[in-house]
Amino acid sequence: MPRLSESNLRVAAEIIGRYPRSKSALIPLLHLAQEQDGYVADDAMQHLAELLDLTPAEVLGTCSFYEMFKREPVGDYRINICHGISCHLVGADELIHHAEASLGVRQGTVTNDGISIEGVECIAACTEAPCLQVNYRYMNKVNNDGFDALVEGIRDGSVSVPKHGILALTRQHIPEDRAAGNALVETNVAPAWWPEPAAEEGSS
Amino acid sequence: MPFEKIVTQRFDNVEAHKIATYEATGGYVALRKALDMTPQAVHDEVKAASLLGRGGAGFPAGIKWGFCPPGVWPRYLVVNGDESEPGTYKDRQLLERDPHQVIEGCLLACYAVGLTQCFLYIRGEMAHAQERVAAALNEAYAAGYVGKNILGTDFSVDIVLHWGAGAYIVGEETALIESLEGNRGMPRLKPPFFPAAVGLYGQPTIVNNVETLANLPWIIDRGADAYTAMGAENSKGTRVFAVSGHVNKPGVFEVEFGTTTFRDLIEGSDYAGGVRDGKAIKAFIPGGASAIWFYEEHLDLPLEKVTIDKAGSMLGSGAIVVMDEDTDMVKACHNLVRFFARESCGKCTPCREGTTWLERILARIMAGHGRPSDLSLLTEVCESISPGMLWPPRQTTICPLGPSAVSPIASSIVRFRDEFEDYIKLSDRRVIPVGSA
Ligand SMILES: Cc1cc2nc3c(=O)[nH]c(=O)nc-3n(C[C@H](O)[C@H](O)[C@H](O)COP(=O)(O)O)c2cc1C
Ligand code: SF4
Ligand code: FES
Repeated sequence: MPRLSESNLRVAAEIIGRYPRSKSALIPLLHLAQEQDGYVADDAMQHLAELLDLTPAEVLGTCSFYEMFKREPVGDYRINICHGISCHLVGADELIHHAEASLGVRQGTVTNDGISIEGVECIAACTEAPCLQVNYRYMNKVNNDGFDALVEGIRDGSVSVPKHGILALTRQHIPEDRAAGNALVETNVAPAWWPEPAAEEGSS
Repeated sequence: MPFEKIVTQRFDNVEAHKIATYEATGGYVALRKALDMTPQAVHDEVKAASLLGRGGAGFPAGIKWGFCPPGVWPRYLVVNGDESEPGTYKDRQLLERDPHQVIEGCLLACYAVGLTQCFLYIRGEMAHAQERVAAALNEAYAAGYVGKNILGTDFSVDIVLHWGAGAYIVGEETALIESLEGNRGMPRLKPPFFPAAVGLYGQPTIVNNVETLANLPWIIDRGADAYTAMGAENSKGTRVFAVSGHVNKPGVFEVEFGTTTFRDLIEGSDYAGGVRDGKAIKAFIPGGASAIWFYEEHLDLPLEKVTIDKAGSMLGSGAIVVMDEDTDMVKACHNLVRFFARESCGKCTPCREGTTWLERILARIMAGHGRPSDLSLLTEVCESISPGMLWPPRQTTICPLGPSAVSPIASSIVRFRDEFEDYIKLSDRRVIPVGSA
């Protein structure tokens, strides 16, 4: 079902409505497509192009720039092991070697049961090094045993992590009666709370 | 310690992300106070506080706000929550642990500068921060702090949670704007694309870091005088540092600018507690992967912008990475250069090609295929990206990412030249496959 579902279309409409120009919604909508299917399918990109009045090439152009978007199925559990400098200093490379040996796959490939590992750049948890993310959920100060326990937990279901593609479980919702509304790019009007122009002169 | 924590003041409270806790601990008081002031008065207070930007460049926020051309509307606020500079870990904590403080900061900036819409751009990989901010925004809208006619006044602003998808370069402010417009995150040329003049959708746009904005509620609530009472001559208030690497107690610490030294932070028992296993320090990065490294002789420098700039590096993103005496400096250097090579957006040739070659040459040295001429080759490539290899760096590139890749090499190739030479001496010269290492 690589086109957006009915319910996701409603989410998409709400997201698009928040931006003065609809193309700004493209990255959030690519995430939505990836959340639905686990990856960004060609048909999904086609659908987004229709929704945002873009060419499929424009959608692909943006999609292909960003690391997180996968354009083919990648397995349900992606373990990203940080190999940034702080993690490197305290054993990230050894952890990655252990992970490869333990899972029997190289970085970037997927096990038969849908687990993959990858060395990634700093994930902003440097004081908790060495650290990793499973589908963008953190695990701090991971040693070899911790890694093996994590994989076991994923396999027996005791570690519950949303499947790859699902990011935040809470969405922003702006109630219609509370929205300030988009600032119209084309109308050069000062905001309501701004003092009259005479008072503004000293402002810069 | 005669100073007060500002942005981390609620970090001990695990409920601080909820609106009730935030309100019960002084939250949204500054907003109410600001709404009784004129926008200009709020702006003046921030200017008087000399609040320095926390994203890396350390530019005073109040002065940046003044760069919006008068009479051009609408103006936007883009919050830079892309935190991905290796070693940096503070914005994510502020977003996860005290999201309302960031939201209130956004509101104050919008009110003061006349910004009618705010986009809070959070790094894509930070799922939990996105959840916390989404929940906090939903609460803040329901409570009337965000949206139409805030607290019954004519101040109206939407704050839109936006999130990225994995690209360090998007932290550069013009690339951030490109990304927010739905494009590939490639930097724009400055001039003419200074965001305050020509930013999001071509309109005046203020880009501020998460931590910068998180300081605003305190400043407005307590006043610029209270803020400037803390800190040093040229760096007022407090600042958050993450200390990582070979230390006993890696951690995130808010300290007073200027009165604290690197030694206090790295060795102090209240802070990182010294180098692991009683070892000596070999080098440390004072301000994120882009910074020139410091050594033992720099430990007693105060954490203060001007002093550090003069000493030849920067406080940057507040990331201190400690390397002990056993660190392999060639490997550390390669690790940092590889980061920049992978994250180069490819828009300009010296950076796209140069960082790739730097990484390959270092990889080949480490793999035992280095040539004696490789050290001068490294220097030559560095020169083509950042002529003179000076600090602050000059650049042949569109943005500072290219020169950032030069920093680790400029730092290590002189001081630890023997380590590079040792690798090369041991090289097996029969095989010299460039790039296949
Ligand atoms: C390659 C590069 C990456 C950057 N990454 C970030 C970042 O992740 N977060 C950030 O706040 N600023 C980052 N900056 C700095 C921003 O361009 C900008 O100066 C900053 O967001 C302005 O906010 P401030 O004045 O509040 O510090 C980066 C700059 C460069 C050149
Ligand atoms: S310096 Fe590097 S990252 Fe910056 S614009 Fe040029 S290629 Fe892109
Ligand atoms: S270097 Fe690993 S989290 Fe920053």
